[in-house]
Amino acid sequence: MKSLSRRALRESGQGYLFMSPALFVLLLFIIGPIFYVIFLSFHKVQLLGGASYDFVAFDNFARILDDTRAQIALWNTFKYVVIVVPCQTILALILAATLNAGMKGQSVFRIIYFLPTLTSSAVLTLIFMWMYNKNGLINNMLDAIGLPTYNFLGDPDIALNAIMIMNIWSTAPFFMVIYLAALQDIPDSLYEAAELDGASTIQKFMKITVPHLRPVTSFVAIMGLIGTFQLFDQSYIFSGGSGGPDNSTLTVVLLVYQYAFKNLGTMGYAAALVLMLAIVILVATLIQRKFSKEESLY
Amino acid sequence: MKKKLGAVRILVYGILILYAITTLVPFLWALSSSFKTLQEIVGGTINFIPKQFTLDNYKQIFIEQELFPRWMFNSIFIAVIGTALNLLFNSMAGYALARLRFPGKKAVFITILAVLMIPAQVTMIPNYLILKELGWLNSYQGMIVPAMINATFIFMMRQFFINFPKELEEAAEMDGLSKLGTFFKIVIPLARPALAAQAIFVFMGSWNDFMRPLIVMTDIEMFTLPLGLNTFKGQYVSYWNYIMAASMVFTLPVLLIYAFFNRYFIKGISFTGGK
Repeated sequence: MKSLSRRALRESGQGYLFMSPALFVLLLFIIGPIFYVIFLSFHKVQLLGGASYDFVAFDNFARILDDTRAQIALWNTFKYVVIVVPCQTILALILAATLNAGMKGQSVFRIIYFLPTLTSSAVLTLIFMWMYNKNGLINNMLDAIGLPTYNFLGDPDIALNAIMIMNIWSTAPFFMVIYLAALQDIPDSLYEAAELDGASTIQKFMKITVPHLRPVTSFVAIMGLIGTFQLFDQSYIFSGGSGGPDNSTLTVVLLVYQYAFKNLGTMGYAAALVLMLAIVILVATLIQRKFSKEESLY
Repeated sequence: MKKKLGAVRILVYGILILYAITTLVPFLWALSSSFKTLQEIVGGTINFIPKQFTLDNYKQIFIEQELFPRWMFNSIFIAVIGTALNLLFNSMAGYALARLRFPGKKAVFITILAVLMIPAQVTMIPNYLILKELGWLNSYQGMIVPAMINATFIFMMRQFFINFPKELEEAAEMDGLSKLGTFFKIVIPLARPALAAQAIFVFMGSWNDFMRPLIVMTDIEMFTLPLGLNTFKGQYVSYWNYIMAASMVFTLPVLLIYAFFNRYFIKGISFTGGK
């Protein structure tokens, strides 16, 4: 009995030893900061000289309501999420289904499609800025086939769309891979039975493939939501950190960055903003989850 | 019936090829721009083969722009050390959660699951203040230490070890090997596929990360490649030939890794995603 408890004690010690690096980082850089950011959101933070924290209760949160730039950022982010998530999900599904159709050269296509997922957002944004250029490749091509050209980088009505196109293009292949894995799990017998009943390819896709992939679609949509709400790198590089032209590429995270690290005395406000974003993401995820659960009842 | 099948086939190939072109064009355009002269660049033509092939752009970024090699070193250093630590610490934590009994294990596991759902931006402001307090801003450890574990991969390793046959470990223990010995001599070598997938993703995550170095690194010598590239853009406003050359150099290592470890990529994504 005594030796057993000693053994248990030793195993506990080993357990903590094995966990210690993870626990250290978890406490110091993740859990601690979560409480810290809540604390900050209720304070006015001054970092000049010795840091000072003045309790301001809900002032930082109230300020969001009066801040036009915050509303623009929120609206831009919302527009971005609502357009990009469905587009990239559908594109990923179509790509996966076509890649899975048993064609020759599948692996080559798969390697090509995967390129944007491997490439850093900084490089992708720069390549696209180079192509979006006033007399860059895209405008030249549009011009060559008689379509109107755009000032993608400088026109406030176009800039965010330019980022959307780029990101749908670069993210869809990642989700495509998740769909590809899921497609392997659909039993062939279902398709064979449908073929005997004379179902067309489109019918098979809509009646068998899409319903079977519903749980995966829900997962892809949630991952997409979380990712798109956090848009930062592309906006930052695209606009040189400003969110321009005319605030058109300003996202919530870019605004948080500006208030936290570029403006003085607004760190507490930035903390309130980022907490609000986290809550929005959480709520959106829960709604999506509930939505897809109800769907699967049918 | 046969005719219809042919039509579908053509449609499917059409989609596949069209999308392949859409994917390749930006990269080929960037690659070709990196071998063009500035005159050709500003000319605004749409030829993919440079009229006058030149390596000057690459020479320029490596020789004239002496910071570029430094940024590259910073990126490699941070990514390599960070990946090594992640492999070690995530496996240790995953193993403990899968195999060892200790008080509070359940709480730790639930915390790790909860952490998976928290967007990184939430911790970015406090982490800045903590690093500042530690004097770690603008340092390698400021980049490496907060990222030396990853909740996703701790979770992944736990799943891996739970499905791992216990008998081998028990046999090793019978032979008098300590837990630590069993872990390093038996468990880790057998976990190689999971570790490979993890290594690729952690390395790429670090290599491509833009936001964390933007906040942590303030001196231009301490920049990583993504940040360096961005300042490059500011400095050489219309020298897109240099910017594209630098972008290609930046992308090459990841492409090489991908070429070598292609199969682990797909596995890794279905590990982290799929289920």
